Amino acid sequence: MDQDRRSFLGHAGKLLVLTASAAVAWEHVLEGRPEEAPNYRVSDHWWGMAIDIDKCIGCGTCVRACKKENDVPLEPFTFRTWVERYVVDPEDIDHPQVDSVNGGYQGFYDRELLDPRLKMFYVPKLCNQCAHSPCVQVCPVGATFESPDGVVLVDTSYCLGCRYCVQACPYGCRFIDPRTSTVDKCSLCYHRITRGLTTACCETCPTGARVLADLKDPKDPIHAFLREHRVQVLKPQMATGSKTYYNGLDGSVR
Amino acid sequence: MPGVEGFIYPNEFELQWGILIVLYPFITGLVAGAFILASLERVFNVEAVKPTYRLALLTALAFLLVAPLPLQLHLGHPERSFEMYLTPHTQSAMAMFGFVYLWYLMAVLVLEIWLDYRRDIVLRWRASKGISKVVYGAMALWSGNIGPSALELDDRVGRALTVIGIPSAFLLHGYVGFIFGSVKANPWWSTPLMPIVFLFSAIVSGIACILLLYFATCWARRVTVDMRCVDTIAKYLYYAFLVDFTLETLDLVHRLYESDESFHALDFMVKTRLFTSQIVLQILVGTLVPIGLLALTQLFTLRDKARRVIYVLAGGLTLVGIFAMRWNVVIGGQLFSKSFLGYTTYKMQFATREGLLPAVGLLILPFVVLWVLVRLLPPWGEGESAAGGDVAG
Repeated sequence: MDQDRRSFLGHAGKLLVLTASAAVAWEHVLEGRPEEAPNYRVSDHWWGMAIDIDKCIGCGTCVRACKKENDVPLEPFTFRTWVERYVVDPEDIDHPQVDSVNGGYQGFYDRELLDPRLKMFYVPKLCNQCAHSPCVQVCPVGATFESPDGVVLVDTSYCLGCRYCVQACPYGCRFIDPRTSTVDKCSLCYHRITRGLTTACCETCPTGARVLADLKDPKDPIHAFLREHRVQVLKPQMATGSKTYYNGLDGSVR
Repeated sequence: MPGVEGFIYPNEFELQWGILIVLYPFITGLVAGAFILASLERVFNVEAVKPTYRLALLTALAFLLVAPLPLQLHLGHPERSFEMYLTPHTQSAMAMFGFVYLWYLMAVLVLEIWLDYRRDIVLRWRASKGISKVVYGAMALWSGNIGPSALELDDRVGRALTVIGIPSAFLLHGYVGFIFGSVKANPWWSTPLMPIVFLFSAIVSGIACILLLYFATCWARRVTVDMRCVDTIAKYLYYAFLVDFTLETLDLVHRLYESDESFHALDFMVKTRLFTSQIVLQILVGTLVPIGLLALTQLFTLRDKARRVIYVLAGGLTLVGIFAMRWNVVIGGQLFSKSFLGYTTYKMQFATREGLLPAVGLLILPFVVLWVLVRLLPPWGEGESAAGGDVAG
């Protein structure tokens, strides 16, 4: 009888430990899943963005909308998206003059291009939602991950705040949120796009310079856009599988 | 913006990794170097360095115990760091740190020290009273078997462990180099030479550290310095330094000759913001001068006192140079923008979590740990000091 009781307690103990472990594991599995939204199947989508440099007027509306929509701190070094102004001498593209005061939050209204030899344009920047993300590769605990529908996301409840991903991103798209001491970045407004909406930056862009793209949707205008324009991604030599496509990207842009 | 020149991405204004991350490769380098020096005696039977064998092992342990602390202090959420063990992301170079660290600490270093000291621990257990008896009893795992066959087994296992330990020490520090060398976004870091440069600089710093510690302990214990021992260590330091300097020069020449897209940004940085720490401290004061000093001792027959002065000077400058090298890698790699269009400045704080004060504390801490370890497990033999007499008693 003693033996039976001991064996029962042993089995019960093991079961308890296994159940608890499974519960914890399942919780993490669920955390890694994109949010459950009605009528949304992750396998039907492959998200990216198309940006038309010629259409961007540097108004900064996208930067303001993003900060508001995603509760990004107003500090001048924390941006999920920002806009850079390039002034380039076409004969010296290695030395462009670039500025991005407060990430373009207030818009660029302080400069007129008086020298006819120069060209000026604006480059909106955001996470490139890379298919082979260096940031995802280096995260020691997998707190940052690529969702099955192609968006690089961060589980802030799991992030250590080691900043390795910030170092690994070639585009400067990640920052540490000073309120949580965890990393933050553009989520492509995942909470919106999984509900059939577009991102805050695309929604508010007055010229349609930035457009959300679903590369798996055959009806998405992205296919015509990519076919009809000479598009480029940032730093193609990094081979990150960037899904942010720029039309009219100048060779001087870094 | 203050401290910024040209254009940088918004997230580059503040450096992500500060002085604590400079300490991390510096400290692990000392561990690996000290262990490799200790291995010389054990595996390659270099009798001359025997007086430093145990000191080197204890130093490696003291620094290894402190090595994770700068990382912990740096993390935004140190309480989550254990997740690296529970759910490591296997593609991440950093995720493997915990495993490499634990392997090296527990499977190699602690076990090797324990086997080497087991006889001493048992003798002290027998001779001591009160709390010391409990401490030494626990350290002996309450097993008092120090018969000849048991000690011979200890020795055999210890030797095998050292053989495993050498590649482990290479792994530990080569891996630290890989953490930096594999970041393709950063041209200052991204080179396959990084692990090997880190490894040789680790060997150099470890040997220099043990050389200085040996002088310091001889001075503190008022015993004569074994010149044969320090001459041999200095010779190893000299040759290891030559290899290290050759590798670093190769890296430099390669960058100069290739002159890729990042070259002008890096060249400008080295000539301005990194000039003092890279050109002056690392290359001139911390490399060429100690190599020159050590070369003097190899080329000419100098008196004992002159050699002692040169060794202490060369050892001290070597540590300055290797620290500067770590600084230039970690801090230098963040002073230029990944746009290659601008530069920022490292604004080191003082009494904050990642400031200078905790960094200094973390540099002193290994010596405190070493002091405790030396008190607990004196590294010198029985005939060498009065403390040794206690062991026999």
